[in-house]
Amino acid sequence: MQRVAEMMLERAKALLADGTVNRVVGWEMGEFFYDLTPAVFTADGLDKFVYNGFSGANLSKYMIKECAKDGKALVFLKPCDTYSFNQLINEHRVDREKVYIIGVECRGMIDIRKIRDMGIKGVTAIREEGEELIIDTIYGEKKCARKDALLEKCLCCKGQEFVVYDELLTTGEAFTVGGNNRFAKVAELEAMTPGERFAFWRNELSKCIRCNACRNVCPACSCLQCVFDNPKSGIASKANADDFEENMFHIIRAFHVAGRCTDCGECSRVCPQGIPLHLLNRKFIKDVNEFYGEFQAGADNTTKYPLTNFTKEDVEPSIVTNRGGEN
Amino acid sequence: MLKLSLNRVGDLFAKIAEAQALYLPVEKAGQVDYDKWTADAKVSMDHLNTAKSAKDLFFPQVERMVDFKMEGKNIEIKPHALSDEKFVLFGVRACDMKSMEVLDKVFLAEPVDSFYAARRMNGTVVTMACSEPEESCFCNVFGVDAAEPAGDVVTWKVDGELYWKALTEKGEALTEQIKALMEDGDEAKVEESKAAVREIMGKLPLANLNLAPFQPEKLNEMFNSPKWAKLSEACLGCGTCTFVCPTCQCYDIRDYDTGHGIQRFRCWDSCMYSDFTMMAHGTNRPDQMQRFRQRFMHKLIYFPSNNDGMYSCVGCGRCVSKCPISMNIAKVIKALGEDKDE
Amino acid sequence: MQVNEKKGEFKPTIVAFCCNWCSYAGADLAGTSRLSYPANVKIIRVPCSCRVNPMFILRAFQRGADGVILCGCHPGDCHYSTGNYYARRRMTMLFSMLDYLGIDRKRTRVEWVSAAEGTKFAAVMNDFAQTITELGENVKLGDLRCKE
Repeated sequence: MQRVAEMMLERAKALLADGTVNRVVGWEMGEFFYDLTPAVFTADGLDKFVYNGFSGANLSKYMIKECAKDGKALVFLKPCDTYSFNQLINEHRVDREKVYIIGVECRGMIDIRKIRDMGIKGVTAIREEGEELIIDTIYGEKKCARKDALLEKCLCCKGQEFVVYDELLTTGEAFTVGGNNRFAKVAELEAMTPGERFAFWRNELSKCIRCNACRNVCPACSCLQCVFDNPKSGIASKANADDFEENMFHIIRAFHVAGRCTDCGECSRVCPQGIPLHLLNRKFIKDVNEFYGEFQAGADNTTKYPLTNFTKEDVEPSIVTNRGGEN
Repeated sequence: MLKLSLNRVGDLFAKIAEAQALYLPVEKAGQVDYDKWTADAKVSMDHLNTAKSAKDLFFPQVERMVDFKMEGKNIEIKPHALSDEKFVLFGVRACDMKSMEVLDKVFLAEPVDSFYAARRMNGTVVTMACSEPEESCFCNVFGVDAAEPAGDVVTWKVDGELYWKALTEKGEALTEQIKALMEDGDEAKVEESKAAVREIMGKLPLANLNLAPFQPEKLNEMFNSPKWAKLSEACLGCGTCTFVCPTCQCYDIRDYDTGHGIQRFRCWDSCMYSDFTMMAHGTNRPDQMQRFRQRFMHKLIYFPSNNDGMYSCVGCGRCVSKCPISMNIAKVIKALGEDKDE
Repeated sequence: MQVNEKKGEFKPTIVAFCCNWCSYAGADLAGTSRLSYPANVKIIRVPCSCRVNPMFILRAFQRGADGVILCGCHPGDCHYSTGNYYARRRMTMLFSMLDYLGIDRKRTRVEWVSAAEGTKFAAVMNDFAQTITELGENVKLGDLRCKE
């Protein structure tokens, strides 16, 4: 990854210098190795630019804001991020002409929470050495396998294909990321009884503090004003005053992005309460695939989204009631 | 000083819970938060910071205030009863205890907030000294001693034993209840562990944050700093930092139409939200930079100016570990303080 | 709306969203034909079945409905040509999600009822009311504040 990072910096400097772009959207070094912040750089701030195993943040959504500014911006997108960007193009939320995209190789991003959950406390620095992470902590050096600390989204990696870009930076080395079946947990839940499923989701959703991080980070949630913030909608709320509001917020949010969600996994990554929100989105994706044919949001610029499309032979809603299992 | 083997804390909790409700850090779906103790609760004695802070117990995220019922032209007003649940809050860390001093300044100053006051009066706080601080901790910067928390009772975990010392009358009363389970403890052992923790605290990466530049007279200079734009650039405008913060105390009051009356309740609000302090003419902080600035100016300048220099940050590090984009008060203090050092 | 009026006898509250052009007219026909269907079915007229967004369904449950049914023109007969095709996809997805969250899937239903099908309307409503009565009160998706 270090090599890619050097190539990125070099290209960023070159593109700034020749005037192709006037700013660079990337990740900025934090206090520790793992706390990177998305940032907009100009030539003199590039010393803080960084790309490492903690560049998990999907920069696509920032391009909505950047497209409103003058001049062209350079953005670095990982393969899965390009799906989000493509989806934003489809929704006319970004201006392709104002963005110069460099697709960058990604070997899977690391989840600091997984490292903490291993009982590793006081992490002050992390080095990636091949397939191993060397972790400096206040309490001495620790090690763990890189693959055990990958973000959920990376365990189910979409692959190394870039769906939109101006140029690519890859090392050409062979490697594999992920390989898990992304619908495994969804299928596991489906196989439970409704009572078990209800208990599972109550347990998870009752942790929700309504901070809106899932919504605000989501590239598909790009409404100028969310229905949950609109005092005239009748459902605006700043806190979950009742269990119902916890359910409603998450059902409606998932529904609003159904068919548009690229499964970038940002919602689960940012949730301060560790709610597996991707399991809601993946349920919709799985249903779309089963009912209306395989579909990947953001994969191209022509296919209609499943919920703005239909066929005369579509399944009836009664398929849900009649699909067996307990009520 | 009393002590009890950590193997027997279950008995201690059961004993406390006999006389009043007991809230303590409980793991639920992989997350540790304060919850009511039950015999089968997964109590977490090692977790440093709960995801939500202890403020939830005194200033809950949602609190019902008053109900209105309309019949014809009459409106009946029914104030919601103040909480009368006696409870013990166990396992509060030094930083969260300090946050209650901050909240007291807000809610117990005239006019006293009766909802908060009732919960404060009914609650006995048992704190626990830290034994393994995290890299995100910086409570020492705000004068908090992680090894010696305040509270009604303070406890230390040393060598498989829980040491217990009452600090207030409420604490003494609670100690009376559970005394039978305890034996006398040796203060020297606790002193040893305190020294060890203080040594770690001093070496933490954020231990040397410099607060000197954040003085009330620097208000204009800080407010007008060009650095806010860069710092707030990536802010998502979510409420994570505010809601996990032990000292954030802003709330909104809302009415809910139940179909057969109105329930008025208050709920936490976040200055990071676009509809924070929304008025008929709109909002006075139209962009995210202004909202972001408000949060940190309040913690580091406005609050201390109005409260004898007490910062409304306690260095618990929750925002450091929870912010989706890893922008936090430590980075802000460093960035804005830089000029002064040069 | 209070549900349990008489002790021991559960009378569910049912909300029926009916499209203006077919199903509402079907309900009308059921009425003029003197066909009976339960009085606790509350009809809400909407311009087209695709006017109903998932929030309508959830909000009905929030405020005390025990069952929610959406009726529209038969596929192919929509007054606006294609509205009900979209509604069909949306409701399939929503119902599937509710089921995934462990909420009784029998509490939601979609039926296509034309303006000429007064008999069908009455039959559907009787059947749905029967199903909901058997399921009992909706507790999983209600709002406690609305119940007091």
